[in-house]
Amino acid sequence: MADVAVRAVELGKRYRIGERQPYQTVRDVIAASARSRLSRPSRDAAGARPPTDTEWVWALEDVSFELAEGEALGIIGRNGAGKSTLLKILSRITEPTRGHADISGRVGALLEVGTGFHPELTGRENITLNGAILGMRRAEIDRKFDDIVTFAGVERFIDTPVKRYSTGMHARLAFAVAAHLEPDILIVDEVLAVGDAEFQRRCMGKMGQAARSGRTVLFVSHNMAAIESLCSRAIWLEAGRCAADGAPADVISDYLATSLSVLNDRFWPDPDLAPGNDRVRLRRARVQPELGDPEDLIFVTTPFRIEFEYWNMRPDARLNLSLHIYNEHGVIVFNAVPSLETVWRGRPFPRGLFRDTCHVPGDLLNDGVHRIELLVVENSSHVIHRMDDVVVFEVRDIGDAREGWYGRWPGAVRPRLVWETERLAAGDPAAPGDR
Amino acid sequence: MDQTTPARRTTVTVRPSSGWARVRSRELWEYRELFYFLTWRDIKVRYKQTAFGAAWAVLQPFMTMVVFSLFFGSLAGISSGDVPYPVFAFAALVPWTFFATAVALAGNSLVEQERILSKVYFPRLIVPAAAVLASLVDLTVAFVVLLGMMLVYGIVPSAAVVTLPFFVVFAALTALAVGLWLSALNVRYRDVRYVIPFLVQLWLFASPVAYPASLVPEPWNAVYGLNPMVGVIEGFRWALLGDAEPPGPMLAVSVAATAALLVGGLLYFRRMERSFADVV
Repeated sequence: MADVAVRAVELGKRYRIGERQPYQTVRDVIAASARSRLSRPSRDAAGARPPTDTEWVWALEDVSFELAEGEALGIIGRNGAGKSTLLKILSRITEPTRGHADISGRVGALLEVGTGFHPELTGRENITLNGAILGMRRAEIDRKFDDIVTFAGVERFIDTPVKRYSTGMHARLAFAVAAHLEPDILIVDEVLAVGDAEFQRRCMGKMGQAARSGRTVLFVSHNMAAIESLCSRAIWLEAGRCAADGAPADVISDYLATSLSVLNDRFWPDPDLAPGNDRVRLRRARVQPELGDPEDLIFVTTPFRIEFEYWNMRPDARLNLSLHIYNEHGVIVFNAVPSLETVWRGRPFPRGLFRDTCHVPGDLLNDGVHRIELLVVENSSHVIHRMDDVVVFEVRDIGDAREGWYGRWPGAVRPRLVWETERLAAGDPAAPGDR
Repeated sequence: MDQTTPARRTTVTVRPSSGWARVRSRELWEYRELFYFLTWRDIKVRYKQTAFGAAWAVLQPFMTMVVFSLFFGSLAGISSGDVPYPVFAFAALVPWTFFATAVALAGNSLVEQERILSKVYFPRLIVPAAAVLASLVDLTVAFVVLLGMMLVYGIVPSAAVVTLPFFVVFAALTALAVGLWLSALNVRYRDVRYVIPFLVQLWLFASPVAYPASLVPEPWNAVYGLNPMVGVIEGFRWALLGDAEPPGPMLAVSVAATAALLVGGLLYFRRMERSFADVV
């Protein structure tokens, strides 16, 4: 029933090393041609020989896939794995070096929010201009203008130059324009990397809407939770090649297994699809700082909390959660159980939605990526559900707790302990004179 | 759900290209609205936050005219025929200032738009073309001043004035031709940014702005037309001031020179276009 929207066949893109900041000056060219003239007999100067492998890198190599109309494809991979290059080829910004891609339908590429915004122009003018740059027709922009302004919440400032906007307003307006783009194929690169939590939530909402309304979506992100909840399929790029292609959950777990990417906020709105069994189902799992913005980074000094929301499906279950916190080396740093919890501990749980929050003090974990294994235990002894890597989060290093040492800080934990130093004697040990 | 989403979907194939590419005029037509918006933006942005606004479009040629009148017209005694020297100079400065502005804007346009080039696809030709078109506003403003001067000096244009639109288009195409070359070269060689002001300055003295083209002796006259601005400027003077006889072979040579520059510029631009996003 669904037609092919995007067919990529053995796509490859080769860059000359350093070609990303690569414009030359005439002097470079003259120097190069002078060199080639001087050394012509040996024919090994820049202009005279074919480029060798060492001067070129394949940013993308032999990538093939077919995307049906209405599919939402998530693209994951490390930085420099070729994700952005792939999007740039599909949105026709750059040409492939090899292979080809057939794209059916109008493409809207959001590789950046606010492309072409001009600080001197007013909000109104920028909406028009940015819409046109993103490929909207004039009539379409006029029709959606009021919606865009309302969505961005900038009604009062619509005739103010955007250089006077706050960063947040600027981002909201830019996203509002992008969100009203209605192409057949939507290509999005990590738009969610900017903005506050509220803004990201709205971005996700719009993206989800696009995916559900039958649009074909290609979405690059480092946010595994976003990929998992938005996409019907995922591919994993590794060093320019396609390392895996399949259901997002599978591809993500393969990828995480090799890279320990952060997955610190997961939400399963539909209990039927959530991890668990007929006794307990997860709804949400996340790690966030105790204070401040939930999106803030967690440093070694930051107190944070681990939260689980879950449905208990059986009446009178005596449940408790047990958390195993693993570090990068696979060592269990600690095992946490609700031993200090006072309300529900030891009591039978009726059916319903529960939330457990475990508070972890700062200055406990060392820096690095940590994984949480969740065990749901009944009667303090019987494990009824177990889930590996339910949350993966990173604890970042902070300079000023290090006392000038910049190497790797060893150890599974990183406590700051009370410490005393006293001077007990003067002089040297050979003459214990006045002790 | 969206009425602009057509039922029939066009399939585009992206594949490596090599060698010379033709100009895809149908695609350019599809992007006409973006062309319009970029032109409109260039016009808006140019005079925002300037104290004198569009008056700059007048001041620049006007002050040049005053200086030229003083030094070339009065002191050096360069003959301007039957026409008073200030009008003679200003009639040339109107297209010349347009050309100089357009070449500078178009030449730097791609480099200045690098953010957009690396994030959105559209035919890149639009960018320098919009810069040239936006400069036409300056021409219009300066032209009004020229009409005022003609009124003051009591100069009535002859029937030749109907050819003026041709010379405006000619000037714009010449600026576009040079702008295409410079903008594409600029992406690869950033020297171009520094070359442009210098080039424009030399070009001014090589063009009959401060002096009449008839200063160049007869056998060389047609050769002089190889500088397309010679044809443009002499054309403007002839159409508006109606002084000398119509520019003949010289104009033909100028038109041919612009055509060659334009075709070459388009070909070079299209050839370089595919690597803009990688290089810029």
